Amino acid sequence: MSLLEVKNLKVHFPVKHGMFSHTRESVKAVDDVSFAIEPGETLGLVGESGCGKTTLGRAIVRLVEPTAGGVLLNGEDITAMSGSVLRVRRRKFQMIFQDPYGSLNPRMTVEQIVGEALDIHKLTDSKSARQKRIFELLKAVGLDAVYAQRYPHEFSGGQRQRIGIARALAVEPELIICDEPVSALDVSVQAQIINLLQDLQQQRGIAYLFIAHDLAVVEHISRRVMVMYLGKIVETAEAKTIIRAPQHPYTQALISAIPEVDPETKRRRIILPGDVPSPIHPPGGCPFHPRCPIAQLPRCKDEFPELREVKPGVWASCHFAGKKIDR
Amino acid sequence: MNLLEIKNLKMDFGSGTDALRAVDGVSLMVDAGETVCLVGESGCGKTITALSIARLVPTPPANYVGGEILLNGRDVLKMSNGELRDIRGGVVSYVFQEPGASLNPVFRVGNQIKESLKLHKPEKATDKEVIRLLKLVGIPAPESRIKNYPFEMSGGMQQRVMIAMALASEPKLLVADEPTTALDVTIQAQILELLHDLKQRLGMAILLITHNLGIVGDMADRVAVMYAGQIVELSPAKELLRCPMHPYTKALMNAVPKLAGGANRLSAIPGNVPRIGNFPPGCRFAPRCPIAKPECSAKIPELVEVEAGRFVRCPFWKTP
Amino acid sequence: MAGGVILIVLYLVALFAGFVAPYSYDHLDTNYSFHQPILPHLQNFRLVVPRYEQGAAIFSYHAVVGDSKPIHFFVHGAKYKLFGLVPTAIHLFGTGDDRYPIYLLGTDQFGRDVFSRLLYGSQISLSIGVIGILLSFTFGMMIGGISGYFSGWTDTVIMRLCELIMSIPALYLIISLRATFPPGMSSAQVYAMIIIILSFIGWASMARVIRGMTLSLREQQFVLAARSLGQTHLKVIVRHILPNTFSYVIVAATLSVPYYILGEVVLSFLGVGIQEPNASWGNMLTAAQNTEYLRNYPWLLAPGAAIFITVLAFNFLGDGLRDAADTKA
Repeated sequence: MSLLEVKNLKVHFPVKHGMFSHTRESVKAVDDVSFAIEPGETLGLVGESGCGKTTLGRAIVRLVEPTAGGVLLNGEDITAMSGSVLRVRRRKFQMIFQDPYGSLNPRMTVEQIVGEALDIHKLTDSKSARQKRIFELLKAVGLDAVYAQRYPHEFSGGQRQRIGIARALAVEPELIICDEPVSALDVSVQAQIINLLQDLQQQRGIAYLFIAHDLAVVEHISRRVMVMYLGKIVETAEAKTIIRAPQHPYTQALISAIPEVDPETKRRRIILPGDVPSPIHPPGGCPFHPRCPIAQLPRCKDEFPELREVKPGVWASCHFAGKKIDR
Repeated sequence: MNLLEIKNLKMDFGSGTDALRAVDGVSLMVDAGETVCLVGESGCGKTITALSIARLVPTPPANYVGGEILLNGRDVLKMSNGELRDIRGGVVSYVFQEPGASLNPVFRVGNQIKESLKLHKPEKATDKEVIRLLKLVGIPAPESRIKNYPFEMSGGMQQRVMIAMALASEPKLLVADEPTTALDVTIQAQILELLHDLKQRLGMAILLITHNLGIVGDMADRVAVMYAGQIVELSPAKELLRCPMHPYTKALMNAVPKLAGGANRLSAIPGNVPRIGNFPPGCRFAPRCPIAKPECSAKIPELVEVEAGRFVRCPFWKTP
Repeated sequence: MAGGVILIVLYLVALFAGFVAPYSYDHLDTNYSFHQPILPHLQNFRLVVPRYEQGAAIFSYHAVVGDSKPIHFFVHGAKYKLFGLVPTAIHLFGTGDDRYPIYLLGTDQFGRDVFSRLLYGSQISLSIGVIGILLSFTFGMMIGGISGYFSGWTDTVIMRLCELIMSIPALYLIISLRATFPPGMSSAQVYAMIIIILSFIGWASMARVIRGMTLSLREQQFVLAARSLGQTHLKVIVRHILPNTFSYVIVAATLSVPYYILGEVVLSFLGVGIQEPNASWGNMLTAAQNTEYLRNYPWLLAPGAAIFITVLAFNFLGDGLRDAADTKA
């Protein structure tokens, strides 16, 4: 049984119009997404801004309410839970956030921030046990116990991210949703945090849903990768496979857009025309077809390509999956 | 004569005993038509150095305590307000990181570009010229776009408008401060392609500030790597990427995950970037440097030309 | 800084009013009605106070030369209760002799020492300010926090209520609220009633602002983190959202206290607040309505000066706090 199973998840935000705020349209942030994560594995989720990856992450932890579909944690549907039942389940899945400066309450000390997690779920029974546990958690993320009495503004971005990770670890989760955890950090610090996350996974068997827009980072840390576009998954495959042999044209464009450090590889980039369309009015048929270099009308405009297994272990949502784009 | 020559620039924030040195002896040259990348992480002083070229840093709290910035041979630090207004836009133009924040939200895009034209080329401040510029930066249907407000445009489009504004006055030098950091990677590709194209067509020099070594590979002729207010390596781009010399440059390149790199663990740089005012004594990278020796913390090493056109601030750069 | 110091002095003096004031607030000395201020002067390195005699015209007095008594400190005087609890008779200063009164700020029409009444009045006026904002701000913060956090119908209803309260002119609201209370109330009841009335109109504007701040704070990632940990809604509001509004609240509070003080002043001035014989700065100023009094006995305006100093001090304090609160990262 998978640790996490997302089934046909939809998150639509109503767009209110007119004087009486009646809803006519909705922002289809997440539009019929299904996938599974096994215990201890890292699933990467890549996409650009507006594709819905952040909303997907938040919907899974119920910070945003799903409009339809199910989220099964160890077989139990958490979308149906509420109140104290949900609160208890929350121990199993946690989230770490993107902004190291906004994810910690500036008015609380590190001890209070990490300790709150312990207090909500009553995980320690005495003050000394609580403090001991907090020090253990800080040590596990590479921070000295002496930092416990300091305030967030006294730390650097990388250290704040570590505090956020300690907070998530406090409840001993089985799954952590990492929402762009290194995007706001300096390059030299990103590697530290990525290594830390990998170490913690090896030590504790935590599964990750690693959301990011940087494909190189995602590919490094994940076993499997999903690519999202306009609320839908367009390709899923093992990390190495998706880089070496991307099937969906959007994935190909994404990979070719990444600037390469090695100047010898003079790749000619695939430049996608235009901008990402609005999620209120996604294009009909395949949502990528207006920008797609290999789109063929009328099929791509009229017929939505279902996500299917085009090669063993590789799912893509494209009528012409596998066709390489000429540069 | 170089287009831009920064000579041993020293700048403090505050004065007297509270002074914090932000730029410490930076020397950099940009020739007409070449692209130089200034690479570094947050707090290293790259943005301040770039803003100083047109003296855009308010003094106070900034305090220029040494060095010169020669733009076409004339020292910017000694220019009068009138001369500064001429060079801003006329010789050097800027493109900043957040296009949304750089455009005035209450004015139409066309008018904002015209404002730039009115200041430097008033005879060309017409709709026709604005449309030409929008076409130049690759905005489709520019005739209708000039009436748009910034919020009606996507991030990529806004950045193109910024570039159009910067180009309107036909500057010799374009300073782009992390122009694509806030954009999606596919849009980033578009903008970099555009800059590349404009560089070739207009013969413009570009000073591109970034922390992304990949962009350096794509765009730069020469690279300067900054750390804690100083330049630690200066070299032609290809050679730097093929064979970096300074331990910081090497560490930076190893810390970035590469596509299909196959590494199990990234080699992270331990510690944190030192903040202004808290620079360690001697070589500022020594506390984090894998090959640091005790004498590294005793004295700041000089920036030395070790091969033709390649400068490094580390006496032990040959250590593998 | 200066504002803070002045206020500390004022509040300390108010606390020790019984001790600092040479006389009780209802001590009558009808021989000396409308007496001008008696100020001590130096004589042989001691502070002395002359004796005064009634002059030719009514309410005019002149000092008798040569007949003076030195001032002592910690003298024995009329009995009172310090803090309302401890019975004692020691006063900060005085002559110890009833024929040589010290009326530092003169007397009013009943011969009561204005200075003493000013001090007793400060107890009421200053405390109303502080208690008033404590009540209304606490209430306003909670309501505003709830309104902004939950949004939807809760928010709409609460905000419309706030707007309703804010749209009624404050003065009329105060007076009409006062009218709903029975006329014959004890002074303690009147005191409590004034605080309740002032708090009632004060919470609405605070609630609105806190609601606005909550709307943006709610989206901050540390609030999301607390929610994802499973924290209850109430605790999220109280532990995470509201503390981050403190920098605004503290400044708003210090700048609002003067309005509460003035609110009491207005009520008492109009005769519907603190009643005689209790002293409050407001009811002391009713005497100032009479232009004849003002012309002949200007020391009766002392409470006005006291109010002015207090309000100014609060404004300085508020400005200073605003600057201090900004330095947090």
